[in-house]
Parts: sequence; structure tokens; C-alpha cells
Amino acid sequence: MTAPTTPPELVQLLTPEGERVEHPDYDIDLTAEEIRSLYRDLVLVRRVDLEAVALQRQGELGLWASLLGQEAAQVGSGRAMTDADMAFPTYREHGVAWCRGVDPLHLLGLFRGVNHGGWDPIEHNFHLYTIVIGSQTLHAVGYAMGIQRDGAEAASLVYFGDGATSQGDVNEAFIWASVFNAPVVFFCQNNQWAISEPLEKQSKIPLYKRASGFGFPGIRVDGNDVFACLAVTRAALRNAREGNGPTLVEAFTYRMGAHTTSDDPTRYRVADELEAWKLKDPIERVKAYLFRNQLADQEFFDKIEAEADQLGRDLRARCLALADPQPGAMFDHVYAEPHALVDEEREQFTTYMSGFEGAQ
Amino acid sequence: MTTLTLAKALNEGLRAAMDADSKVLVMGEDVGKLGGVFRVTDGLQKDFGEDRVIDTPLAESGIIGTAIGLALRGYRPVCEIQFDGFVFPAADQIITQLAKMPLRSLGKLKLPVVVRIPCGGGIGAVEHHSESPETYFTHTAGLRVVACSNPVDAYTMIQDAVRCDDPVVFFEPKRRYWDKADVEFGAPGLPLDRARVAREGDDVTLVAYGPMVKTCLEAAAAAEEDGRSVGVIDLRSLNPLDMPVVRDAVNRTGRCVVVHEAPVFNGLGGEIAARVTEQCFYRLEAPVLRVGGFSTPYPPSRLEDHYLPDLDRILEAVDRVFGY
Repeated sequence: MTAPTTPPELVQLLTPEGERVEHPDYDIDLTAEEIRSLYRDLVLVRRVDLEAVALQRQGELGLWASLLGQEAAQVGSGRAMTDADMAFPTYREHGVAWCRGVDPLHLLGLFRGVNHGGWDPIEHNFHLYTIVIGSQTLHAVGYAMGIQRDGAEAASLVYFGDGATSQGDVNEAFIWASVFNAPVVFFCQNNQWAISEPLEKQSKIPLYKRASGFGFPGIRVDGNDVFACLAVTRAALRNAREGNGPTLVEAFTYRMGAHTTSDDPTRYRVADELEAWKLKDPIERVKAYLFRNQLADQEFFDKIEAEADQLGRDLRARCLALADPQPGAMFDHVYAEPHALVDEEREQFTTYMSGFEGAQ
Repeated sequence: MTTLTLAKALNEGLRAAMDADSKVLVMGEDVGKLGGVFRVTDGLQKDFGEDRVIDTPLAESGIIGTAIGLALRGYRPVCEIQFDGFVFPAADQIITQLAKMPLRSLGKLKLPVVVRIPCGGGIGAVEHHSESPETYFTHTAGLRVVACSNPVDAYTMIQDAVRCDDPVVFFEPKRRYWDKADVEFGAPGLPLDRARVAREGDDVTLVAYGPMVKTCLEAAAAAEEDGRSVGVIDLRSLNPLDMPVVRDAVNRTGRCVVVHEAPVFNGLGGEIAARVTEQCFYRLEAPVLRVGGFSTPYPPSRLEDHYLPDLDRILEAVDRVFGY
């Protein structure tokens, strides 16, 4: 272990070069097996992401929001949860979905337009993706208030980005969480860009410092350091479960790719910035650490690469096999109980469609 | 039988719902100690505690957003929006989140959230306290929208809304909060999605809901003196509409006038007129007419009597519908 190489306000336990460093408040004791497992998560979620981008480019997905560069923030925080904790994602938390056991095929289904999210949020304790920015922070706080009322040992973990911190809902969620002392952790992935708008358009102070105005702790963590993200989120969740209220975690990271496949970041940011962040890659540093400490050999890395390739191939095949839903499916689940208007329109639509049967 | 105001009937209905199911929560601004600005939740916090009757921070989006989260955890929140004109900060959570989440989850999630909104004018209030925003919500698939008009319905409808597994936007006619009627505790009402024939009539059918039901009944009584038999339908449910009840009545009378406080243009009256025209075309003696608010923002209260449909404007429309 060596002295920290970054300002003390940024919690870092693993440097970009793969060196373990100490932090006075946070530490983590991971077995070699656990570190290899984190490495595997990081590689596999990046592979899912790359495959999805390719599928979109080939016209098989309507859109994809890449997580490239944010793997450590998502895997670190995702692996910090217990089964009883509940995650509320944005639309980019493919790595958290992976940690919660959601089949990546469901994520592709959403972006292919087969449905709006096919996984069971209750089974996985992973809520549906939320597209409108910041809305889910209130859901997470309400859920946490439910946990309080149940007397359960659990917490909510809600994801959002730097842009979302400007939303009214996020600020209301901070207030609610604070005054009700709700067991919730606000996990802000500050990836520096809200589509084309840099952080300066959202805030004049570091985002984690916002928390103090609401009356709870905020902490900034190296979002490309999976150890630090795991340690900090784990501590914040434990704190919440123990009745000590919310924490804002700002994971300082970088969106290596475009906002979505519809975006062109060359219009608003310079290539040098991307190159600088490539040196802080979240996966390379874990690989370097494993190598340097002889916790994994080449055979291990080859095995993970092969697994990733297989995952990508398998995902691609299953994506292409996703059938379009039946047209009448749009009438299903609009209401939980029978609804005269939807029933009437379904019947009219079915009759209309049946007129085409047998037609050339 | 107990004589109750509409506000007290809602209070008793909420009390019964909370007694019946420990997952039912009441939340909103000033709903606890104060009992709500209209006292609809009076005494509930005292009896059910602060965990179940929650005085919230002053933020409408936060009320609905956290209610959604509570519902995801298995609770059945009843949210109070203090006044109609204050619901718009919560519109995103209601329209984008609450209404669509069950479908987005392919039915795996249920959102049994009730959004209570005191609505309508006639109480001499300052601006944003007298509006009729129902059409914004009837236009949103995934929401049920209902409006009570009297204490008897208020008592049962609020309980049915709480029991319903769908989100329900529940409009309460604030100028009728102090109207009284005999209410029988424990008695079931009409199903939540049914309209009620408030008055039988042979010559013309008035279709109304919420605060305008009483005004229409008064108009019908006045018209009777002129020898016209005017029926009144209280829609109760605004989405879905109970069209069979409307259709049967209009098929009998051949004439229909829809009355609401909300602006006529793009109001619910247009939808009802279209459906009545489609379903009763060969029985209609005249086009369906509409009486309602004007295409102006709600006026200062010294003008509201001119803005709101009253007995004379309804009877004028009744006269016109006989002019064809």
C-alpha cells in the first residue's frame, strides 16, 4: 500500500495503475476470489454493452445508452447491495441490472421496442428503467419510507446522473429523505456530461457537497475504482439500514461513449479529454492489480474473455430471436382491473384486425 | 343512518378504509394535525398515528413520487393535493410514472394510489383555487378518474377508490363539502365505474358530475314547473365513462345536454357528445349541447358566477335543445 495519489476529497482505494491505496475512512477486505469475481462482472457488462451498441448499429435495436466507462461505478455499487435492498435505475444501469441477476436480454428488449422492460422488478429487487430524468429518486425514497414502516433491514439505492441533480424531483427527494430519515442511498454517477452539457451547466459546487445543505452526508468516490465504489456504497447502505438516514454518493466517472447511439459527442467535447480518461479505465486497473499481486494468471483472463465472447454471441442470437409482441398486447395491463373503454377498444381492434385474415 | 356533510362522509370513508387495511396511508400537506384545509382528514392522525397519516413537505411532485414508492413496497397511499390548481407540479409523476408503470411492468406492478383533489369554483377563492383539471387526467391511459357529487357517494366511492388496484384520481367538489345527507355506514354503493341516474326524465337528459350534479337537479326541478321532464345523470366515473347508462337515457329522451365547470372546448362534454352521437344517432332529436366554463383562465371570484354554469344557463341550453 502507498499514500493516496488523489485529493483527499475523492475516495480511492485502487489507483488507475492498479495500486492499492489507503483511505482514512474507508477500506475493504476482499478475497482473491471476490476480486476475480468483480473483474469478471466488469468485463462481462462491458461486453454486453459493446454487443448492444453493435446491434443498434446493425438496426436490431432502436437505441442504446452505453455504460462504457461507468462499469466500476455500477458493479461496485451493485455488488454492495444485499438481496433485501432495492435498486432504482435510470436507463443506463446495465451493470447494476447484471448484479441484480436481470437477464441482459430484457434490457435489449426494451431498446428493441418489444416492451418497456420485461423483467420482474419484485423478483430482482431492481426497478424498471426510468427514462424521465430524476423521477425515480422519489420512488426510491417512498420505497425506503415503506421499509421504515415495515421495520425491515433494507435500504433503497437510487441511481441518477449529474444532469439529474438539477431536477426538482431530485431535490424534493433529498428533502423527503432527510426529514423522514429514510433508508436510502443516492448514487450519482457524475459522468461529466448531460448529453452535450458539461457539469458547469448544472452546478457551481462539487455535487457531493449539495448533500450538506439538505442535512445529510455527501461523499465523492472515484467512480472508476470498483473497490472504492463497493466500499463507500456498502458503508452508506449499512448506515441507512441501521437507521442513520440517507447518504449522497457522487461517483466521479466519465461517459466514454456517446449519450446514446443517437448522439455525436464530437460536436461538443474534445478528443484529449477522452484520451485522458482512457488512462483511468475501470477494468485495466483491476487487471493490473490481479496480475501484479499474482492473484490471477493469463489462463484466468483468457477464460473470462472467452466467457465474454460467448455471452455476446448468445445475447446476439437471443436478441435476433425476440419476436414482436402480438398487436393486441398493447391493450394488456393498462389497468389491473377490468376497464370498459380499454375492453371496448381491444374488441374493436380485434374485429378490425380479423378483417385482414386470409387476405393476400 | 347518520347525517353527514360531504367532507365528513369522506372522512368516515377514509377512516373505514384505514380500519379495514393497515397498508392504507394518508399523506399530503397539512393532513395530519390540522386535518386538511377542508378537514377531510380531521382526526385521522390522532387515531392512526404519524406513520399512517403523514404531513409531507410542501411539494406536490414529492407527494405523488413518494406515494408511488410506498405503493411499490405494498402500501396503499391516499394523497391529498390541497387545491386543484396545485396539482400541476405533480403532473409528471401522475401522468408519466403513476399511470404507466403497471403497463410498463407487464402487469407485475400494481399502483393502488389515490390522488384526492378538491376541485371547482364557487367559493370566492383566489386564483388557482377553483379549477377543474379533470380532462388532463381523463386523457391519460392508466388512470381512473372519478368525481363524487354527494355525501352518500363520497362515503362509498373513497373506500372503493382505496380498494381499487389501479391509480385513481378522485375529484371532490369543494363547494359541496358542506352539503349534508343521510349516510348509512357499511352500506355498499354503486361500483366505482358506474354512472347513477340522479333523476329520471322523459324529455331531455342532463349529463353532469361533481359540483354540477346539484345544479342540474335544481335546473331539472325548475324545468318541471314549465312542464318539461328533465333527467339527470351523475357520471361518477369520468374514465371510464359508463356509456350504457347515458345511452339508455338519451335513447329515451332524444335530447342531451352535458354540463361541467371545466372549459367547454376540449372538455369531457365533447367526448360525451361524440359518443352519444355515435350510439344514439337515430334517436337524437337535436345535437348534443354543452354548457361549461369559457376559454378563459378561471376569472377573479367577483366574476365567477358569470363563468360557472348556473341554473339559468342550463335552462337556456335546455330551451335551445328543444329548438331543433
